[in-house]
Amino acid sequence: MSENLVLPLSTASARPATSAWQRLAFVLAGVALAVLPLFLLESFHLFQLTMAVIMALAVLGLNIVSGYNGQISLGHGAFFAVGAYVTAILMSHLDWSFWATLAPSAAICGLVGYGVGFPALRLGGLYLALTTFSLAVAVPQILKHKAIEDWTGGVQGLFITKPEPPTWLPLAITADQWMYLVTVGIAAACFLLAWNLIRGRIGRALMATRDHPTAAEAMGMDTATLKTRAFATSAMITGIAGSLSAVAVEFVAPDSFTFGVSITLFVGMVVGGVASILGSLFGGLFVLFVPNIAEAISKAAPGVIYGIILIAFLFILPDGFAGLLRRIAAKLRGR
Amino acid sequence: MLNRRMLLASALAAPAIAPSGARAQDLPGVTASEIRIGNTMPYSGPASAYGSIGRSHTAFFRMVNDQGGVGGRRINFITYDDGYSPPKTVEQTRRLVEQDKVAFLFNPLGTASNSAIVRYMNQRRVPHLFLSTGADKWGTWQDTPWTIGWQPSYRTEAQIYVKHMLEQKPNAKLALLYQNDDFGKDYVTGVRDILGPRFDGVVRAISHEATDPTIDSQVVSLQGSGADVLLTATTPKFAAQTIRRVADVGWKPLHYLTNVSISVGTVMEPAGPERGIGIITSAYLKDPTDPAWANDAGMNEWRAFMAKYLPDGDLKDGSFPFAYGVASTLMQVLKQCEGNFARESIMRQVAGLKALEVPTLLPGILVNTAPDNFHPIRQMQLRRWTGTTWEGFGGLIEGAKI
Repeated sequence: MSENLVLPLSTASARPATSAWQRLAFVLAGVALAVLPLFLLESFHLFQLTMAVIMALAVLGLNIVSGYNGQISLGHGAFFAVGAYVTAILMSHLDWSFWATLAPSAAICGLVGYGVGFPALRLGGLYLALTTFSLAVAVPQILKHKAIEDWTGGVQGLFITKPEPPTWLPLAITADQWMYLVTVGIAAACFLLAWNLIRGRIGRALMATRDHPTAAEAMGMDTATLKTRAFATSAMITGIAGSLSAVAVEFVAPDSFTFGVSITLFVGMVVGGVASILGSLFGGLFVLFVPNIAEAISKAAPGVIYGIILIAFLFILPDGFAGLLRRIAAKLRGR
Repeated sequence: MLNRRMLLASALAAPAIAPSGARAQDLPGVTASEIRIGNTMPYSGPASAYGSIGRSHTAFFRMVNDQGGVGGRRINFITYDDGYSPPKTVEQTRRLVEQDKVAFLFNPLGTASNSAIVRYMNQRRVPHLFLSTGADKWGTWQDTPWTIGWQPSYRTEAQIYVKHMLEQKPNAKLALLYQNDDFGKDYVTGVRDILGPRFDGVVRAISHEATDPTIDSQVVSLQGSGADVLLTATTPKFAAQTIRRVADVGWKPLHYLTNVSISVGTVMEPAGPERGIGIITSAYLKDPTDPAWANDAGMNEWRAFMAKYLPDGDLKDGSFPFAYGVASTLMQVLKQCEGNFARESIMRQVAGLKALEVPTLLPGILVNTAPDNFHPIRQMQLRRWTGTTWEGFGGLIEGAKI
């Protein structure tokens, strides 16, 4: 028993130790990096960056279930949509404040994710990918359904307003700047929680279930519970990202959540780095900014250029941005 | 410490710079030598076929610049891809307005895409002109005074059919089949506009979902209602099914069909061309494939433009005459501005188009706007299916003034 506990600790200490002040420096640098755009960028770029952080958060959700737990999901756009709609419905029909909608949105997405997690137990690999994909295809049509049209606004969608900056802030800031701060704050909290989760016992269990389910089960892990809960957590995080996107864009409609969103998230995960927390952040930046670059190169066929850039990235960085960082770090250490 | 001080300094400096910047921006998007116009189009994604409209505009403004521009200024037309996704439209629109600082937005495409930005445009008081969508709500100048559509709305189209129906059969009973969404419901509103209190007595309306596999049961219940006129307001797949089903059950109503679903290839051929003989629809643009316009001055002007500026464009694609028509309308607005391209001035001229003839519109159809009329085109001509082609007949019919 005690040996089991010691083992991971000893492997962790085998790495070069980072001292407390180094860690503090990293955190401070991260905070500075996150706050800096607030003063340097004008509102449009800030909005783009806000959207990129939101996409990064959604990719993080996907990474937990697909990257760390090995359950391929091509349907995370559905959770993104559910999160966005819960927030939009609560804000526009019941006049809730944005903050109040976060918890119900996360809870509902978690429940839906938990529900999807059950068939996932029986369906492995490609079959699961297809099942989740069908979810992504179905959601925009369900949103238009007559029975819930009064709530979802049907094809017309729903309008909401982004939260106004609170008056107690020392500096007067615009709604866009506040939205950015809110997004970065919530995303940072989610990234930190996810990092904690992955670093610990549960994270190791998730990866063990992915890498060798039989061995994991023999070690006494309840793989069924792990898998369904991984789905729930993952859906919850992606749902929160959906909530943020609803207020950042100030509009939700079924056309905003076609199955393309799910594919975008998947691309973000692979480009950023499968099973990497930091990689999710790069993935978010990639899926938001690269299509714009592609369009700047060719208006006639932006899709082709995007595809070429994507292939080039996968060729040069086969294990994503995160892999590149890992290689650089390893080189620095080896020196 | 130094870093923090620099941060503070930049934070303080930013608001100090902003006001002077704003003063220089009294005429956003307009300099002594150019006027910037913004646009979003689905160059990628499910609706990328409409990208030809954006290509046409780009070529059109190149032609305008070759001819000396407008008001002594060159036109800088900036168009971005939104992939037909509303969040992307919001992003691209903000890029156009806040970063590229365009004077106004011209002809962005898509009902959902425009819905996503209409509030932003009106809050910022940026003209949002001549949208590529047939929804009726762009004509509500009371709520969205900076937004205006161009083509006849679905509601106007429905009014025109009902007007024609009342002429032909004053005591008709109308069966209305509509798709249960924005598009279909505009037709219900249009029918109600004309019939008013008589609506409930005259009309039997049945809807279907865009996701339904067939509309067979709807057609049967409409036939059972004893109606002798049918108005079909649905998308191509269902229109083909309706035409086929109506013929198969031996129902012979006077049949009106929305002009969204009149493609020969995707509707009339699958339905069986002989089943559709006598179906009536409507048009406002000259059909580029119609031999009647072979020597038409307006269409010759358009063909000359295509030959010089878009030599690889498909001359059978109806998007090109549409794009040429809407861009010509914009040019008239800019000419009427007489060099005053302030946003208020542009909107004044947008609402001041008087009996404008547009080369690609059917003869006699005139573009008219007023401060209380944001429906630029409200006239259409009816067309009838002969079994091989759509043939225009009768004079122009005008929608109701509401």
